[in-house]
Amino acid sequence: MALLKGADEKSRKTLRFRFPSAPLFQITPNIYGRCAKMSEILALAIDNLMSPIVLSFALGLAASLARSDLTFPEAAAKAISLYLLFAIGFKGGVSVADHGVDVTLGLSLLAGVVLSATLPFVAFMLLRLLSGMDRLNAAAVAGHYGSISIVTFVAATSVLEGRGISSEGYMVAVAAAMEAPAILSALWLVTRGEKGGRMDSQLWREILLNGSIVLLVGAFFIGWITGKEGLEEIDSFIVAPFKGVLCLFLLDMGLVAGRGMRRGRKALGPGSLAFGIFMPIIGSIFGLVAALALGLSTGGALLLMTLSASASYIAVPAAMRVALPEANPSIYLTLSLGVTFPFNLTIGIPLYLTVAQAMTGG
Amino acid sequence: MQTHDAKRVEITIERAMQSRLTNALQEAGVTGYTILPVYGGSGRSGEWERSGDVTRGSGMVQVVCMIRPERLDELLDAAFAVVENHIGVVSVVDCQVLRAERF
Repeated sequence: MALLKGADEKSRKTLRFRFPSAPLFQITPNIYGRCAKMSEILALAIDNLMSPIVLSFALGLAASLARSDLTFPEAAAKAISLYLLFAIGFKGGVSVADHGVDVTLGLSLLAGVVLSATLPFVAFMLLRLLSGMDRLNAAAVAGHYGSISIVTFVAATSVLEGRGISSEGYMVAVAAAMEAPAILSALWLVTRGEKGGRMDSQLWREILLNGSIVLLVGAFFIGWITGKEGLEEIDSFIVAPFKGVLCLFLLDMGLVAGRGMRRGRKALGPGSLAFGIFMPIIGSIFGLVAALALGLSTGGALLLMTLSASASYIAVPAAMRVALPEANPSIYLTLSLGVTFPFNLTIGIPLYLTVAQAMTGG
Repeated sequence: MQTHDAKRVEITIERAMQSRLTNALQEAGVTGYTILPVYGGSGRSGEWERSGDVTRGSGMVQVVCMIRPERLDELLDAAFAVVENHIGVVSVVDCQVLRAERF
């Protein structure tokens, strides 16, 4: 921080210096400003990388890549994910109860649906361009990138809490709204609007009422109804242990991502890998534009950017296995879990936060 | 002890397809079956493991049913309509059961 302060002070002046055998160089306030910004991004990234959350993920990833026998029992992983969904939904509801409802809530939900439905088209074109992947698999992957990863969202909220940055509580509801539209876009990309997509009423029900969405939205409404008094009653359960539980969950996610990387590396070429890095950045830009248009706070902007940048690995893979069984699950699961999720967790979120702060003045 | 001929059908299928398969079996009049969790495995689509599986799109289950030999084709037609395009294995083995009236 001392370095940054120093840079700020110096940036008011123009310094001149000369290398022994070189022409005169000028360091303008502009360059100092950029240096300070870069240092800030770097400091934020290092700070994020050294957090228990990311280090837990790294431990799981390393253990898995080293073929350790460390595993999480299925029931434990399920219980932890239920806890996290309940806690994040509840806290979002309390925040809405505290700050009230305004028209931005409805517009944010609409923006989430539009983003979720639009991003698969961008992802589809980018993936075909970078890797030349066939239409079926490209559409299946694209569906994942329009939908969201709730764990990435939780990690972003945790970063905001750690920095004392507030956000709109209803972003939890936006996350839920962004789960499903991307699946329809992906199926449309396969059938090109022709009748015959494999969406039946049972699949609709499974997508819209999948356990994650029901719990997230349900807890959101409980938090909204009970407000701060409700939070005080269960505070010791859903606030204090939250980060510790998140660390455990991300340890498991690291194991899962590592397994995905090991098993799926043959399924991905350099073009697909590049897509797994570039697409979240492009998605985050779409999210940022929407956040600025809606006038969201810095925290809200980060969360919408993160949602737009993340790729699903829970709801969409299950839907794709039913609706597009010919698509190769190794491709979309490896990209989503093995490439984009680690990228967002380690580099993406600090990058999006810096951009969000710069663009919203937060 | 008196035993009777029967067919044991084992269908290992993606977890996402489980309810569709059991619905199809019930519509075909096959009301008795057992669903078993499958720990892990490897096949044409690569390795998979139940432990720590968060994706819901990659796990497998096994649906086992025992049926009278004359009803086998009906069951297989119903099951095949569901599993045709999906990852999985369908196998049929001869077996003996004690209480024939239950199948």
